[in-house]
Amino acid sequence: MEEKIKLLQDCRVLDFTNETGFLCGKILGDLGADVIKVEKPGGDESRKLGSFYQDIPDPEKNLYWFSYNHNKRGITLNIETEAGKEILLKLVEKTDIFLETFPPGYLKKLGLDYAALSKINPQLIMTSITPFGQSGPYKDYQGSDLVLTAMSGFMSVLGDADKPPVRPTLPQSYVWIGMHAAEGTLMAYYHRGMTGEGQHVDVSGQAGVTWALSIAPSFYDLNRELPTRAGSFITGRSITGAILRAVYPCKDGYLAYIIYGGPAGIRTNKRLVEWMDSKGMAPDYLKNKDWSKFDIATVTQEEIDQLEQAYMKFFKMVTKEEFFKYVLENDMLGYPLATAKELLEDEQLKARGLWQEVEHEELGTTITYPAFSTKFSSIACGFWRRAPLIGEHNEEVYGEIGLNNSDILRLKKANVI
Amino acid sequence: METTRQVFEGINVVEFAAIAAGPVIGKHLADHGARVVHVESYERPDGFRQNYPPYKDNKPGLNRSGAFGICNNNKYGVTINLKTKEGVDLAKELIQWADIVIENFTPGTLKKLGLGYEEMKEVNPNIILLSTCNQGQTGPHALHPGFGSHLSSLCGFTYMTGYPDRFPCILYGPYVDHIGVGYGVIAAVAALEHRRRTGEGQFIDLAQYEAGVQFMIPALLEYSINHRVIERDGNRHSSAAPHNTYPCKGDDRWCVISVFNDEEWKALCKCMGRDELISDPRFKTIPARKEHEDEVDQEVGKWTSRLTAEEVFKKLQDNGVKAGIVQTIADLFADPQLKHRGFWAPVDHPEVGRCHAEGPPFAFSKTPFKIDRPAPMIGEHNELVFKTFLPAGKKAQRRDSI
Repeated sequence: MEEKIKLLQDCRVLDFTNETGFLCGKILGDLGADVIKVEKPGGDESRKLGSFYQDIPDPEKNLYWFSYNHNKRGITLNIETEAGKEILLKLVEKTDIFLETFPPGYLKKLGLDYAALSKINPQLIMTSITPFGQSGPYKDYQGSDLVLTAMSGFMSVLGDADKPPVRPTLPQSYVWIGMHAAEGTLMAYYHRGMTGEGQHVDVSGQAGVTWALSIAPSFYDLNRELPTRAGSFITGRSITGAILRAVYPCKDGYLAYIIYGGPAGIRTNKRLVEWMDSKGMAPDYLKNKDWSKFDIATVTQEEIDQLEQAYMKFFKMVTKEEFFKYVLENDMLGYPLATAKELLEDEQLKARGLWQEVEHEELGTTITYPAFSTKFSSIACGFWRRAPLIGEHNEEVYGEIGLNNSDILRLKKANVI
Repeated sequence: METTRQVFEGINVVEFAAIAAGPVIGKHLADHGARVVHVESYERPDGFRQNYPPYKDNKPGLNRSGAFGICNNNKYGVTINLKTKEGVDLAKELIQWADIVIENFTPGTLKKLGLGYEEMKEVNPNIILLSTCNQGQTGPHALHPGFGSHLSSLCGFTYMTGYPDRFPCILYGPYVDHIGVGYGVIAAVAALEHRRRTGEGQFIDLAQYEAGVQFMIPALLEYSINHRVIERDGNRHSSAAPHNTYPCKGDDRWCVISVFNDEEWKALCKCMGRDELISDPRFKTIPARKEHEDEVDQEVGKWTSRLTAEEVFKKLQDNGVKAGIVQTIADLFADPQLKHRGFWAPVDHPEVGRCHAEGPPFAFSKTPFKIDRPAPMIGEHNELVFKTFLPAGKKAQRRDSI
C-alpha cells in the first residue's frame, strides 16, 4: 500500500473565526494544514458558550471548543493594538489562508481587510464568514443559530403543524456554515495552485443553511406549493397530498419508518408484513395486499392510514435494537432514532475505526472523538492534536517569526498577546 | 486584474449517481466550470425523475421533476445501459475522458458491472473515484441500502428535534445526504489538489453516516463526558433567554428572537416600549429569565403578535438584537439579501419552463459561479457527449448501447 500524505502540510492557516466558523479551520487541519487559531488575549468569548467538561464552567473546559477546534495550534493576539497589527502583518506574509468571522467592515477599519492584506501577500486567500454576507441589505445584521435557522427557511419545515416552528436542539447552522466555508476555501486554494492567484471568499450563513432544505424549494419554484412543517410526518411524496408517518413510537424509543414505493420500498413493506405475520399481528388486508400495484406517487391518505394503523400497533411491541437487527438482516429501509449513546455503540462505526481516543493531558484523561468522515486512499486524515489551550502555542508560533521569550513576555504585559 | 477562468475549468466529471447525495456534489463542480456528465439509462432513470414529486403542474414525467432539476443544473445527460457489454465499454470511454468519477450505488455494484476502481484504473490510471454511500464501503453494515430520510434518524438528528411532550420531528427530506454532499465536495477538491501535486488519482470512500456524525460532535462529548443525552427542547437554549419563536401578524407567521446577554435584553425591552421590564427582578439576568422563561415568552409574544415578522426583524436588528423571520420558501424567493447574492439562478427548461437553480453559499471575488443551463432531459446530450466530448471512433457501437 502506498504511503498516505498530509495533503496540506505546507499550507498555513490563520483562523480568526468564532463559533460560527470553527469547523472550516478544523477541516483544513484534518487535511493536514497548519491551522493557527487566534484568540483575544484571555481567550475567545466562544469558550463561554454551551456545555463544559464535568460541568465546570472554565474556558479551558468548553465542549463546543473541544468539538471543532482540534488539529489547530492556538495563539492570542490583540489586533486592535499597533503592536498586534504589526505582528499580524508579519504572520500574513507566511500565511496561505486567512479565515475570519468579524462583522463586515471591521477589518477594513483596522486596515487589515482583503485589499490591504493581499498587497502584502498577493497569493493570500481570505475567507470571510458572516451571517448574511459581505454586502447587500442585511450585511450588518447579526446572526445566531436560531436566527440563521429561521432566515434560511430551514425552520419553516421543522416542527409540529399545530405548534410554532422549531430548530434542532443541537445547533446545526454553524456546522453547515463551517463546512461550506471549507468547500469554498479549498476551491480557492486549488485555483491558486493552478493559477497562482489568491482571492476573497465571501460566505453567507443564511445561504449556507438554505442548502439544508434539500429539494423543498423546487415545490414552490415549479408549482407554487409551499412545503411546511409536518412534525413526524413526511409530505410531498404523493401528488394526492397524502402525508406519511416517518416516526413511530416503539417499545423503548422511536423508529424511523416510511412507507415508500419503488423496488426497495415495496420489498421493505412486504418483509415488514411477513415479520408481523410471524408474530400473528398482520391483519388480512395486509396479508392479501398486492404490492406490485402500490404506487407511492399517487397513493391516497386513506390507503396510507390503513397501513400505518397496523404498523403502529406492531412497532409498539418492538425494541430499537430488534428493529435495527431486522432491517439489517432483511435489506429493509428504516432505522431506529439513535442518540449519542447508540452512535458510540454502533458496530459499523466501530468497525470503520471512526472513534479516536485523544489524550487531554491537561485534564488527566482521554476523550473519544470521531475521525474525519472520509477515507482517502492517498491522503492522510488524522487527529493530530486536541483543541488548543488559551495561548498554548504563543512561544512556538511567535518564535517562528523571530520573537524571543523576552519579546513575548513584554507583549503579554502590554496585553498585545 | 480579473480572470474569467472558473475554478474547475478543464475538469471532466462522470456521475454514475442518482437522487441527491452523489449528484449534488457534481452540481457544485458544474457551477464552477467542470464539465459534468450524468449517466442514467432508460431502464433505470435517476430516481428523482420518477416516484418523487414535485413534477411541473403535478403531471409526472421523466423530464418534469423539480427534485432532479435542483440537483443537476449545468450538467450533460446521457443514457447508457450498463447491463450490456457495449454499455460497459462506452462507460469506460467516458471514464478515460474523466478526471473524476462520482458514484453512489450500493457498495460493490459497479464492481459487479465490471466498473470497479481497478477496472477504471486500467483505462485511466490517474482517475479519482469518489464513492459515496449510506454506511461506507466497508464494515458489517456496508451493504445496507438506505435513504437519507432514515439515516438522519440513525445519526441522531431526529431525536433532538421537536418539543419534549411530542414525538420527535423529522428534518426535511434526506437531510444527512446534503451533509455528505458538503464533505463530498471537500473530498473531490482535496483529491484534485493531490493530483495537481503528484499527478496521481485515488479512491475515496465517503460514508454519509460518518459525515452526519461530524455535525453531532458536541452531543457525543456531552454524552461520553457528562453522561447526558441531549433531549429535544423546542427552541430553548441553556444559556440564552428569551430564545424562541414568537407569533406575528398574519396567517402562520413567526419571528425568532435570541438574547444572549443583558445588554441585548435591555435593547429588546426598549424596542418593545417596555422599559420597566429592564429593572424587573424576574427578568434582570439570564438565570432569572431562564427561571421565568414562560413569562418572558409571554411578554415578548404580546409585543410581536401586533407586528409583522418583517417589522420585528428590522426593528430589533437595527437595535442590535439578534432576531429573524421564520421565512417560508416563498419568502426565500423574494429575500432581498439572497437576491443580492444571485442565489436563485433562473434557467429555462424545455418542458418545465422557467425555473431556478440554487447558487453556492460562497461567492468568489475572482472566479464567480455560473449557472446557465437547466438539468438535462433524459439522454439529452447523448450526441454531444459521445460524438464531441469523446475521441472519434466506434460510433455505431455507441449508438447501440445508448
